[in-house]
Amino acid sequence: MPKPPGLTLFDKIWNDHTVERGEDGSYLIYIDRIFLHERTGSLALSGLESSGRTTKNPANVFCTMDHIVDTKPGRSDNTTTPGGKEFIQVTRQLANQHGITLFDLEDPMQGISHVVAAEQAIALPGCTMICPDSHTCTLGAIGALATGVGSSECEHALATETLRFFKPKQMRVQFKGKLSPGVTAKDLALHLISTFSATGGSGCAVEFAGPVISELDVEARQTLCNLAVEFSAFTGIIAPDDKIINYLKNKPFAPKGQAWQTATKYWSTLQTDVDAKFDHEIEIDCTEIAPTVTWGTSPEQAVSIEAVVPHPDSTDLASKKNAINRALNYMNLSPGMPITDLPIQAAFIGSCTNSRLSDLRIAANILKGRSIAPGVKAICVPGSTQVKALAEKEGLDQIFRQAGFEWRESGCSMCFYAGGEGFNSGDRVITSTNRNFEGRQGPGTRSHLASPATVAASAVTGYITDFRAIQD
Amino acid sequence: MQKFLTHQGIAAPLLRVNIDTDAILPSREMKRVSREGLGGSLFAGWRYLQGVVKAGNLDPEFVLNQPAYADASILLTGQNMGCGSSREFAVWALKDFGIRAIVSPSFGAIFYTNCIRNGVLPIILDEKQIADIATEVVPNPQLNQLSIDLQHSQITTPNQQRYSFRIEASYQQMLLNGLDPIDLTLQLQTDIDEFIRADQVKRSWAHANRPIND
Repeated sequence: MPKPPGLTLFDKIWNDHTVERGEDGSYLIYIDRIFLHERTGSLALSGLESSGRTTKNPANVFCTMDHIVDTKPGRSDNTTTPGGKEFIQVTRQLANQHGITLFDLEDPMQGISHVVAAEQAIALPGCTMICPDSHTCTLGAIGALATGVGSSECEHALATETLRFFKPKQMRVQFKGKLSPGVTAKDLALHLISTFSATGGSGCAVEFAGPVISELDVEARQTLCNLAVEFSAFTGIIAPDDKIINYLKNKPFAPKGQAWQTATKYWSTLQTDVDAKFDHEIEIDCTEIAPTVTWGTSPEQAVSIEAVVPHPDSTDLASKKNAINRALNYMNLSPGMPITDLPIQAAFIGSCTNSRLSDLRIAANILKGRSIAPGVKAICVPGSTQVKALAEKEGLDQIFRQAGFEWRESGCSMCFYAGGEGFNSGDRVITSTNRNFEGRQGPGTRSHLASPATVAASAVTGYITDFRAIQD
Repeated sequence: MQKFLTHQGIAAPLLRVNIDTDAILPSREMKRVSREGLGGSLFAGWRYLQGVVKAGNLDPEFVLNQPAYADASILLTGQNMGCGSSREFAVWALKDFGIRAIVSPSFGAIFYTNCIRNGVLPIILDEKQIADIATEVVPNPQLNQLSIDLQHSQITTPNQQRYSFRIEASYQQMLLNGLDPIDLTLQLQTDIDEFIRADQVKRSWAHANRPIND
């Protein structure tokens, strides 16, 4: 009998969650964990209510407040976001009514959903997880099969503990070589997306592998997987290793005792077999990757910090040429301008991409003993209340404050403009977030995505800055 | 769920790539826990001057503000339509504005499913085919309307050019019959519960939160 073909990590999790195959080739997939937040979770829960259905297994459903809550100290339900109070209060009422574990405003476990799901071990290797939020793919870093969905699909998962999917194609991206000092997962992700385009991973579950991934710490892996959706991937995933197991051990929602032993044994099987086949394979030599920053209005419009703003003629595709011209206009840039010549009005460190303790440490290391440039508005928003507490314990808050940064409560904050607090029209913002779309951080606001190190260095000089240039 | 059988309507060309859901409906325009009444805020940053949604503030340059396209019900777009945020509000806004179908070379995956779930038909055609359709429509959008037949998965232009598109059979049936996917899955309740019982043995650690008597 011929040997069955090898399986990918993704295949293994997929197969172990297949309840049923539809006649149309779709799969009914069992969903282990559902995470909600007040912006879209409220709609999923109210949809369930209006159709008279219930949450089938509230024990595996978790909810936080992150999108709409203010991040200024002394916050309450009365947020500056127009209509925000209703989203918060409806979510609270329905989460309680449905018996869902809620991390409310004052909860020490409150924070950005994807940050919380990892640090509390709600996402686990070999589990499926959904959240009505596109950056749910962040949790692929833990070895979970995690993907974002709409509110209606979330409602389906709440009512049935399942979701129906067509199986995505599979891609492996192998990161070879070694990262230069200070170059981070954020630079890696932006480099990948700019090289293979914002649709490079379209329709694929993407496994990130290779020696560079093994070297990345667990939080950096979350940054990389977080940006899989900006690559149009169904999700990103990394095989769980000892780093992941050590990271999860004894966390609040991790299995304990005998269950931990059984779990780690199962997790050790979650590797792609050597003879497994992918639909697409990409290899990237990381040795030459520089700190990377976006210049335009799509994450694919990114370049090395040593580069210049590109020319529309750098592409032969008419549609991409038009997109470059639109972006140049919106961003108020001309081709050939050095990236490091661009003055900034604001700097933001936060979001599900780059707001974890390791991110804050990197930024603080640059800010220590320095001050931000006059006229720059600089804000740091820790990714969770726990991250904030841990950072304060090591005195990072003092470093940020002394440098001139505002130090905030946890939440999504100004990663997007929800009608409350925002940047000004025309402001150029260097930001550790995930989307540089037109108007994302406010009407007319110009966002440049970068790593926390680049954001911190730029805040200090007032220009987009290569952090290596200001290091001693 | 709203059915989709056939549709004839005005097609508006918005041939930009990577139209994200923040552009379709900015976060600041989600002001209620409601799926209704979002059409006025559709494409707020592009449709209104300075992005400020109010009467009399429309940007006359934007395609949907031009009189010929005021009643558009079909959008022709560039690739990666609906990328970005998972917000279903974007589809609710399109639907409330009157959009029934969107034609693009590719869609953001979450947006695509959100369209299906709300009876808005996402149609995948080549960039060249979409450009040809736009060329035919633009001289007189109100006269040169497109006809869409989902049963035969085909678009017909006024010059009788026919373009076939691919859609998964289950999505097609869901739209043709207005089926509720939750109801369909609930019919498989026994299979789901059997799966969970077996999985509780295989991956007991993943079910640690589940009440024992479940």
